[in-house]
Amino acid sequence: MNITTQAVQIGLQWDTRTGAVTVPVYQTATFKHPGLGQSTGYDYTRSGNPTRQALEEGIARLDGGVRGFAYSSGMAAIANLLLLFRKGDHLIVTEDLYGGTYRLFEKIFRQYDLDFTYVDTSDISKVERAIRPETRALFVESLTNPLLKVADVRGLAALCKDRGMLCIVDNTFLTPYLQRPLELGADITVYSATKYLAGHNDTVAGLVVVKDPELAEKVYFLQNSVGAVLGPQDSWLVIRGMKTLGVRLDRQQENALKIARWLQAHPKVGTVHYPGLAGHPGRETLREQARGFGAMVAFEVVDPSLVEQVLLKTELISFAESLGGVETLITFPEVQTHADILPETRARLGINNLLLRLSVGIEDGDDLIGDLAQAFES
Amino acid sequence: MKFGTRLLHNGHEIDPATNAVGVPIYQVSTYRQESVDHFGRYDYARSDNPTREALEETIASLENGGRGFAFASGMAAISTTLLLFSAGDHLVVGEDVYGGAFRVLTKLFPRLGIEATFVDTTSLDAIREAIRPNTRGLYLETPSNPLLKITDLSGAAAIAKERGLITLVDNTFMTPYLQRPLDLGCDIVIHSGTKFLNGHSDVICGFAVVKDRELGSRIRFLQNAFGAILGPQDSWLVLRGLKTLKVRMEESQKSAGIVAEWLSKQERVTEVLYPGLASHPGFAIHRGQASGPGAVLSFRLSSVEATRKLLEEIRLAAFAVSLGGVESIVSYPARMSHAAMSTREREARGISDTLVRLSVGLEDTDDLIADLDRVLNG
Repeated sequence: MNITTQAVQIGLQWDTRTGAVTVPVYQTATFKHPGLGQSTGYDYTRSGNPTRQALEEGIARLDGGVRGFAYSSGMAAIANLLLLFRKGDHLIVTEDLYGGTYRLFEKIFRQYDLDFTYVDTSDISKVERAIRPETRALFVESLTNPLLKVADVRGLAALCKDRGMLCIVDNTFLTPYLQRPLELGADITVYSATKYLAGHNDTVAGLVVVKDPELAEKVYFLQNSVGAVLGPQDSWLVIRGMKTLGVRLDRQQENALKIARWLQAHPKVGTVHYPGLAGHPGRETLREQARGFGAMVAFEVVDPSLVEQVLLKTELISFAESLGGVETLITFPEVQTHADILPETRARLGINNLLLRLSVGIEDGDDLIGDLAQAFES
Repeated sequence: MKFGTRLLHNGHEIDPATNAVGVPIYQVSTYRQESVDHFGRYDYARSDNPTREALEETIASLENGGRGFAFASGMAAISTTLLLFSAGDHLVVGEDVYGGAFRVLTKLFPRLGIEATFVDTTSLDAIREAIRPNTRGLYLETPSNPLLKITDLSGAAAIAKERGLITLVDNTFMTPYLQRPLDLGCDIVIHSGTKFLNGHSDVICGFAVVKDRELGSRIRFLQNAFGAILGPQDSWLVLRGLKTLKVRMEESQKSAGIVAEWLSKQERVTEVLYPGLASHPGFAIHRGQASGPGAVLSFRLSSVEATRKLLEEIRLAAFAVSLGGVESIVSYPARMSHAAMSTREREARGISDTLVRLSVGLEDTDDLIADLDRVLNG
């Protein structure tokens, strides 16, 4: 079944009692037992809730995994996965990583003697050189935040397999609609479902999909024990959002390419980072391993004074954190999403005081370009 | 303002934008910013959500604390708060602590280098003797789950203070209506808000409340970085549930006292554990630190057969996991809340196969007793 069809099917035919075509919101904490030692399959909502389960099964199917897990945020999802490791373990991580993930690794997990090396994961040889005897996993963003570097997921997964490491892919920017890392050999995918999957800037949620049943058991133990689960209403909203994932992303990508090309030609704009542009170093990899280039565009303005102007003068486009929603948002990574990364690291990576990041929505592309044009001119 | 009034007039009872007499459900992930240098009060919903904030401020006020934090579950509250500790730290923990807390303390945190010793905290000497040079925290439940043992909170907090430990108290069974551990010298109060605070068996949530500003900042950092937050719909439902906390608690507690007295006289009941009974060994200490015995009681039956019969044939009380709802819930700790403990550990603690826990709801007391009478004596 095509992925767009699978997405629309989530929760369908779930409610056999009434035939309702959407899964009910099971706003319940607990479930009555039919008898001693008997269970309906549901005991306590932290352990399992039918609404959350519909979402978990849905994302697992979309990603081609055996089991999915829903969390109260993307960070909660990643934090849960990090608990798979123990003190002394080492992980290799994408260097231009989402700031929240970096903070979690450096400020929380480092105190438990987990070690992290940050490398440019768009270069497999750099990943290989960073491997140590105690390296247990690679944590890679398939399309990085905010610089849109492309990881060769197939190549990295093969390297991980060869060296006995788990390959964990943060696939937030691409979603299973554009790329399915588990089919490319990765072990675990993780999402901030707040972004494209929910897609409406209205829900904070995280998802994990696992390929191996034994690993899935371990992840389930952590989900249930730590308890950072997604509530039923939010689970339902993510399901609702996922039904339009394909149509949203189609339009968003179309707009993103148009805007990226327009920006490229603009005299007040320097470098434009968008993997759909000719000459982007990751373009061929995505053409081979994904069915699109996503809808995130990062660009440098030619003068720092233009940053504030563009951020505040845009009218349709909101200056706000987050991304992936139907509304177009613009952010200033240096002070927002990546504020927790060390200044020297930011400078080396190119997350500077000229860089802006656009999350392109589903508005009319010409209106968005018009909004950017007037912001640059004013 | 007195407690019952504060439940309704929590500072958020009128929406400033519209004068609506309730807090709106802010189903949102991000907020538009107006300035590059100074972000607004809200920038991302994992960090802050106005609906969640109203709830957090309310619970902080009810516990006489400075700051409150809402989490995706009671376990998420516990797990996040335990991240205050580092590799090499040691905790002293009450021995019949909730099974879920026991599970993370024995299966998860040791992997991160945090060790725990379980002691009978009804004895202050036992607490004192378990403290090591690297002990950093004292984790208590009183009344404990499921044996309703009473720990002297002022006494324990004084020992902790003298030895430089952080005292954490799970106040789920009491709620701030009956007991306020921060007033007794403890540092952190934890709740499964799923239980009496929300009170309707329809939400999974957790809380941490602190008095100390610095400790508050540290938990705030962890809540945001770890991301195990409570969603807006669930936050709103808990605010709604809290409005009736006092009337629910008073009614349930009154019924629980009558049921406990009645059970004490039944031939097939060998022991009733309830801190409201004068025969309870912790009766005096409990009366000194709490304004009531609560609405949870446990009792032992004369045989496993009688236990099974009760669990399967009782009609008014749902045989289910959880407690603290408007519906009475009967549960079987050995197979439910404490299933995470080995048989040996359970038996050493007195969590036997004939122990039943009853959370008394709002049904008419006569109906509850008639139902118990039918099952026990019929």
